[in-house]
Amino acid sequence: MADTSTAGQTNATNPVAGPAPGRRSGRKLANTAMRLASPLAIILVWQLASMTGLLSPRILAGPSDIIATAGRLVASGELINGLIVSFLRVLAGFSIALILGILLALVSGLSRLGETIIDPPIQMLKAMPFLGLLPLFILWFGIGEAPKIGLVAFGTVFPIYLTLHGGIRGIDKKLIEAGQTLELGTFGIIRHIVIPGALPSLLVGVRYGLSVAWLSLVVGEQINASSGIGYIITYARDFLQTDVIVVCLLVYAIMGLLTDGLVRMIEAYALRWRPEVIA
Amino acid sequence: MSTLVDIRKLHRSFGGPAVLDGIDLTMAPGEFVALLGRSGSGKSTLLRVLAGLDTAPAQKLELPSRRSVVFQEPRLLPWKSVIDNVALGVRRADARSLATQALADVGLSHRVDAWPLTLSGGEAQRSALARALVREPELLLLDEPFAALDALTRLRMHDLVFELWRKHHPAVLLVTHDVWEAVALADRILVLDQGRFIKEIRVDIDHPRRRDDPRTSRIEAELLRELGVEPLHA
Repeated sequence: MADTSTAGQTNATNPVAGPAPGRRSGRKLANTAMRLASPLAIILVWQLASMTGLLSPRILAGPSDIIATAGRLVASGELINGLIVSFLRVLAGFSIALILGILLALVSGLSRLGETIIDPPIQMLKAMPFLGLLPLFILWFGIGEAPKIGLVAFGTVFPIYLTLHGGIRGIDKKLIEAGQTLELGTFGIIRHIVIPGALPSLLVGVRYGLSVAWLSLVVGEQINASSGIGYIITYARDFLQTDVIVVCLLVYAIMGLLTDGLVRMIEAYALRWRPEVIA
Repeated sequence: MSTLVDIRKLHRSFGGPAVLDGIDLTMAPGEFVALLGRSGSGKSTLLRVLAGLDTAPAQKLELPSRRSVVFQEPRLLPWKSVIDNVALGVRRADARSLATQALADVGLSHRVDAWPLTLSGGEAQRSALARALVREPELLLLDEPFAALDALTRLRMHDLVFELWRKHHPAVLLVTHDVWEAVALADRILVLDQGRFIKEIRVDIDHPRRRDDPRTSRIEAELLRELGVEPLHA
């Protein structure tokens, strides 16, 4: 988030920055360095505590151990294989949620009857803490891939449905009228006006949904996984390998950031007609 | 004389008193009619019925099938480039080349690939005009299309609309509250008040019409009186 706002500022100020761009970027660099100071200090203290034995590796491994472990896990292929499995679970669950969420939102956004039928149960289900459904999912789907993918899909479908539904409802009626006078027909209006008009909202839902998807995966993978990042974590827990656990958590975080960045790239392309993107 | 639009006893109300109270309207092919009226006189409602955006009971409602509308706001789809907006209403294989031509006609050849939100108000309204004309309408409906533009741009748009009308010759119904706009452009001016036509004036003056011409001044003064404004130098 901090990245977005600073990038936005650069874009906005550059065209008018005339007088002293050098000084401005110099100040910005100093600012960044200041902001990095305290995290670096924390890591340094952490490292010192580990080296002096103040912080036991059974509680938390030191930064240098974590880096070494990360290198070892990557070199052995263990981490990459786990990552691929986890990523495929997110992909499967997220795809199901995306298709389902878009279908539900279209029906409920485009027709009053559809809204009456679809919206109340979704609002009710949304109120439930979906991670608490895991025991039920295990009873229904067993302990294989299905409950993990199901949990990801279930958690992700709400943000997608809600944002797209809101986006469709918020479309300017005047544009729809313009489409009617151009004789676009119902499907033409949906294709040319409703979907592109609701796309900005949908992309917000997709970004939010992705963060929910990774969160659901972390929880889902703790239960009886025999592969994936979650499995590596469970295994490491049994052997008190805190370094491995931290590496896996970092991988989750990085994957979350990467998928978010991907959607942001799609956003920048798909919404390039918006003035803030043009400017 | 053949008629393109033939409407008898058109009624429309939204629960309260009638907004259109038994309107009769006929228009010949290629005729330029201006519709004047105060706010709330029902002129936009009539235009919406003609555009097919509203339904209302009438004894007779004969309209050409090829109709186009330009609204007060350009109503371009912001996610489509200007040319895609213009080509949107054309269901033909050569839609894009027709759209290119239509944009050239309104003097926007240099903005063909622009995003609508980067256009100026005048450019956006010219794009909307191109989008309407590219459909080769028999009836062009203009709903206060220049009301949101600055005075200079508006005068230029009058010339442009007149030129385009000469070239394509659709019947035009121009809804406006700008009396000079009506006098400068129309063959016939109708004044709507409380859902009825209270005045009809034919303007048989050659184009281009000058505002300091005593004949246009006389018509302007007469229309202003009908609209409840007493001109200073009547």
